[in-house]
Amino acid sequence: MIAAIILVCSVAFLLQFFVSYCRSLIGAYARHSLSSEVQDVTGITRAASGDDFARIMQLLQLCPERPEDRNELQAIRAYFNLLNFLRATFARLAPPLRAWTDSERGQCAWFAAVSLERRIAFSRDMLTQQIMDA
Amino acid sequence: MPGPVDSIIWFLGIALSLVVVVCSLWRKTFRRYFFLNLYMLLSVLVSLVRLRIFAHYGQSSTQYWYFYFYSDALMTIAQYFALISLYIHVFQEMRVEKYLRLGAVLLLGGTALFSYAVVSQSANRMLTDVVFELSQNLYFVGLVLTYVLWGAIFKMRETRALLVQLVLSLGVYFGANAASYAISNLRPDMFSHLRYLIPLIGCFLPFAWAYAFWRVPEEARLEPARLAVIPPAVQR
Repeated sequence: MIAAIILVCSVAFLLQFFVSYCRSLIGAYARHSLSSEVQDVTGITRAASGDDFARIMQLLQLCPERPEDRNELQAIRAYFNLLNFLRATFARLAPPLRAWTDSERGQCAWFAAVSLERRIAFSRDMLTQQIMDA
Repeated sequence: MPGPVDSIIWFLGIALSLVVVVCSLWRKTFRRYFFLNLYMLLSVLVSLVRLRIFAHYGQSSTQYWYFYFYSDALMTIAQYFALISLYIHVFQEMRVEKYLRLGAVLLLGGTALFSYAVVSQSANRMLTDVVFELSQNLYFVGLVLTYVLWGAIFKMRETRALLVQLVLSLGVYFGANAASYAISNLRPDMFSHLRYLIPLIGCFLPFAWAYAFWRVPEEARLEPARLAVIPPAVQR
């Protein structure tokens, strides 16, 4: 009985901490504005939608990988999948939860778009470096 | 000898723990977060001894399991001290260190007594059951304490991003461990299925702390209200 109570409470607390942890990772990117170039590529102007996430992740795979953001992107992808799960299950019963998951999915897409911008800048720097070395 | 997966997880955990200490030294925060670093160094030591016992006696040996559960309980106690040091950081302006330490010792003693009382009700259970029960309860109390600390961070409008990330990752770690121990306690046959999960959870904490020390500058700030699962407007 005690173990069952501990299990239920632990899962509830774990989810809260995990969501807050992912938001703390996204937080630094939320205030970052996108360049007009990335806005054109992604089609995102002011606010991103969760539906853009998969497309931006595909665009990210086209760019050379930056070692700095690999782990962050994996964490955000896990968070996005968790949000999709919540949206497909509990959010059907509670409309405010659906609005919240939609907003969070949009934040994930924004995070991916900012990462895309950084990868493009990184690729440019690499190319410039190679030209200078040649 | 441990299998390739065991070895990889083991060395990953050891390497990540060492990375935490190196990053902390590099960022010149070693003394500031001394108990967190001490815990990481202890976990390296325990992992090396576990590896030695595993290689010498094998995974199914009594020696290994006794050492595993006892060292796990001792490591959780070390984590308590790391957690209390985070409390001291959050409450440093209130100068309540003495009361926090006293509270932590009382809580620790209370949890040990409670675990003993639960196990002693069935006389046929082994001493390892006491340690298993103790680990589950210690992780859960650690989780509740971390949650209380997270509440205090909200209430006191603590904005240090590094501190917030350290606390949140500790919460994820305690939560995942308490849940996996509770599952194993409910269904002992499941413990063998969680064989890789528990050490992997163990790797998460040094990974998240290493990331925090490496990437988050001490002067970085964020608003904890923005991280709430339920936005403040809904909480009212």
